[in-house]
Amino acid sequence: MAQDEHKEGIKGMANPGRFGIERVAYWMMRLSGLGLLAYFIGHIYETSNILRGQMGWDEFLELTQTTEGHIVLAIVIGMCVFHTVNGVRVMLGHGGVGVGKPARPDYPYDPASQNYRHKIGIYSAILLAAIAMMYGLAVMFGE
Amino acid sequence: MRESTIMKIHYGTALAAVALVAVHILMRLTSGFAESLEYEAVLANYKFVPYAIMLELILILLSVHGFNGLRVILLELKQGRVYEKAVSYGCVAGMLGLIAYGSRTIIMTNMGMV
Repeated sequence: MAQDEHKEGIKGMANPGRFGIERVAYWMMRLSGLGLLAYFIGHIYETSNILRGQMGWDEFLELTQTTEGHIVLAIVIGMCVFHTVNGVRVMLGHGGVGVGKPARPDYPYDPASQNYRHKIGIYSAILLAAIAMMYGLAVMFGE
Repeated sequence: MRESTIMKIHYGTALAAVALVAVHILMRLTSGFAESLEYEAVLANYKFVPYAIMLELILILLSVHGFNGLRVILLELKQGRVYEKAVSYGCVAGMLGLIAYGSRTIIMTNMGMV
């Protein structure tokens, strides 16, 4: 293999367009996980404002109950649903569910685990996340 | 601890958290979303012991799952043994810190120390 083929480095590894929807799911799983952890830490800090009494709580609530706050929350809902549904898919995959039967490796060496069942799982996760985001926006802006 | 055991904990905390967070979100929808966030409503939630216990469980489950997930992501960078030790201990410290801070809110509010 020529040395030039390695030059892309991390950029090549991170490229979601080259390796199909599985690589997109890999990145979305990690990004949504980091986003949810950041939100969780922020949420723990936000709720601790109740210890400052009614004034402290209302003050902080004013910061979050805004249009921007609702949009951030809708993104969090989307990340949460995608992370959950895709996480269940990954768990099932680790347990051997839906990864296909072992077979002799023949050209063009299609990985048995990257089959239509798991692709449907990934697309379902994206679709459900979008629906949940829309429902969340309707609840938050519908009042 | 073996990585296979850690992954079982990771998956177990995920499934348990999904169930409990669903209840937590549904509580926001029992009354209107904005009303459920009013000071008195939130205070009443914290003072209801079964709900406070559920919040504590969510806090522990999500802290364990979240910081282990972060550890897994950081370990994938493969930067050597010292780095891996630092990441693992750092994540455990972060997890314990977050549980302690969140528990303080739950316990103090539940006991009426507001």
